[in-house]
Amino acid sequence: MKPFAFARPADVAEAVRTVAAEPDAVFLGGGTNLVDLLKLGVARPDRVVDVRRLTSREITDTADGGLRIGAAVTNSELAADRRVRERYPVLAQALLAGATGQLRNLATVGGNPLQRTRCVYFTDVSTPCNKREPGTGCSAVGGYTRYHAVLGVDAALPDASAPKTCIATHPSDMAVALAVLDAQVQVLGPGGARTMPFGELHRLPGDDPTRDTVLEHGELITAVDLPPLPAGARSAYRKVRDRASYAFALVSVAAVVADGEVRLALGGVAHKPWRATRAEEVLAGGPVTEHAVRHAMDVELTAAQPQPGIDGGNGFKIPLVTRTVVATVRDLTSEVPA
Amino acid sequence: MPAIGFGTPGAGGTAASVDADITLTVDGEQQRLTVDTRTTLLDTLRERLGNASPKKGCDHGQCGACTVLLDGDRALSCLALAVAHDGAEITTADGLAAGGELHPVQQAFLDRDAFQCGYCTPGQICSAVGVLDEVRRGWPSHASEDLTADPELTHDEVAERMSGNLCRCGAYANIVPAVQQAGGMA
Repeated sequence: MKPFAFARPADVAEAVRTVAAEPDAVFLGGGTNLVDLLKLGVARPDRVVDVRRLTSREITDTADGGLRIGAAVTNSELAADRRVRERYPVLAQALLAGATGQLRNLATVGGNPLQRTRCVYFTDVSTPCNKREPGTGCSAVGGYTRYHAVLGVDAALPDASAPKTCIATHPSDMAVALAVLDAQVQVLGPGGARTMPFGELHRLPGDDPTRDTVLEHGELITAVDLPPLPAGARSAYRKVRDRASYAFALVSVAAVVADGEVRLALGGVAHKPWRATRAEEVLAGGPVTEHAVRHAMDVELTAAQPQPGIDGGNGFKIPLVTRTVVATVRDLTSEVPA
Repeated sequence: MPAIGFGTPGAGGTAASVDADITLTVDGEQQRLTVDTRTTLLDTLRERLGNASPKKGCDHGQCGACTVLLDGDRALSCLALAVAHDGAEITTADGLAAGGELHPVQQAFLDRDAFQCGYCTPGQICSAVGVLDEVRRGWPSHASEDLTADPELTHDEVAERMSGNLCRCGAYANIVPAVQQAGGMA
């Protein structure tokens, strides 16, 4: 592991200044992903700035009836919060479907959305990877693609040697739930504080696969706000994986069903948590039948690009994600609310 | 909290190792030591303090053999930098047997023959202690059908909650009953 200086500033403002001042400084939250990337040689910072004890570890009620979650709240604490369990089951379920108890006790709400992809080529420094080493190519194209993207992939690109190609997926379960909940992210940066919709935090690889989010260097997530759901709304998270526990999603679905409205976000299919806005538009105002949901997903997946691979490829994700959406929405619309 | 910093970043990629002074309380004993900023809690416990109870299995957070109780909660010591946990209170499986008397979870692992080679056992035991505490606090799991109900120590609940601890001997069939026994079920 490359040597690094370590800093625990007195407050978040100093932390932001410290990171912003050095191009190779990074924030440290719970460390469950960063420490591993340090060991693997994927992350090679000069300075690690510990913010775990600087941001809020409180979950507070907001004036509009929602919740504000401090960035240092752990995944465990958030999933256990009674208000989250009762009012935002999709979020509690997503958190509990991710990682393990030992990891959730360390992982933080501010750090979780910023974890890096688990693409096996990104984490293996001996292989070409445009996300880790820009311009070297993408080893995933034509390789092991089971955990890779089918949506948001540049049609011109799934070319292994092209310098911008990246078909990695975002690994977070929590982020898929936050996307469907229309959460807002509170950010502090060298230029001051700003708020952005959670759905705009992550980006597609586009012309710079090294960047997972739109955050500028030195910008720190300080809190995540959950707006209240409409009265009578029901929500759920459903995750499909290769084993029953402790595995990343092949596909996952976060859904909110309220009077005349269906909201859908998909995990495991793209470089970012994928809000299925096309499907939502198709379903808006109409009856939420199985046929309608299948049709909406067909529209959503029109531009999907299954990736061939030596493991058989990931074309299975297309029908799988539709079936998972259908099952999730059916559960939410057929049960009698308590 | 006053600002703390160790070292200055190296110029031109010539950074030298950086030392940091930290204090840890391990199994009830306060330890002051100087560690390289890169040192994990796991390596600090094993290599610096001679506590070989937490094991280095994968060293990447995938096997759970390094599980300890960190400020009361179960955590992976291989993914925690020691310098980031300055002041922490750590309990290893070694420290659970206060005064030479086995912790109920340790006794249950013996009663139920919940191990074979034993390598994963200290991590399993620390994890199980954490699981029982989480259940007492009413924390739900992925296996909980009702997120708002108090969880029960069913087979599925224990298996889900212990899924971060691998046992390559495959002693799971006895680990689950051991955790249930220690939790007062069975």
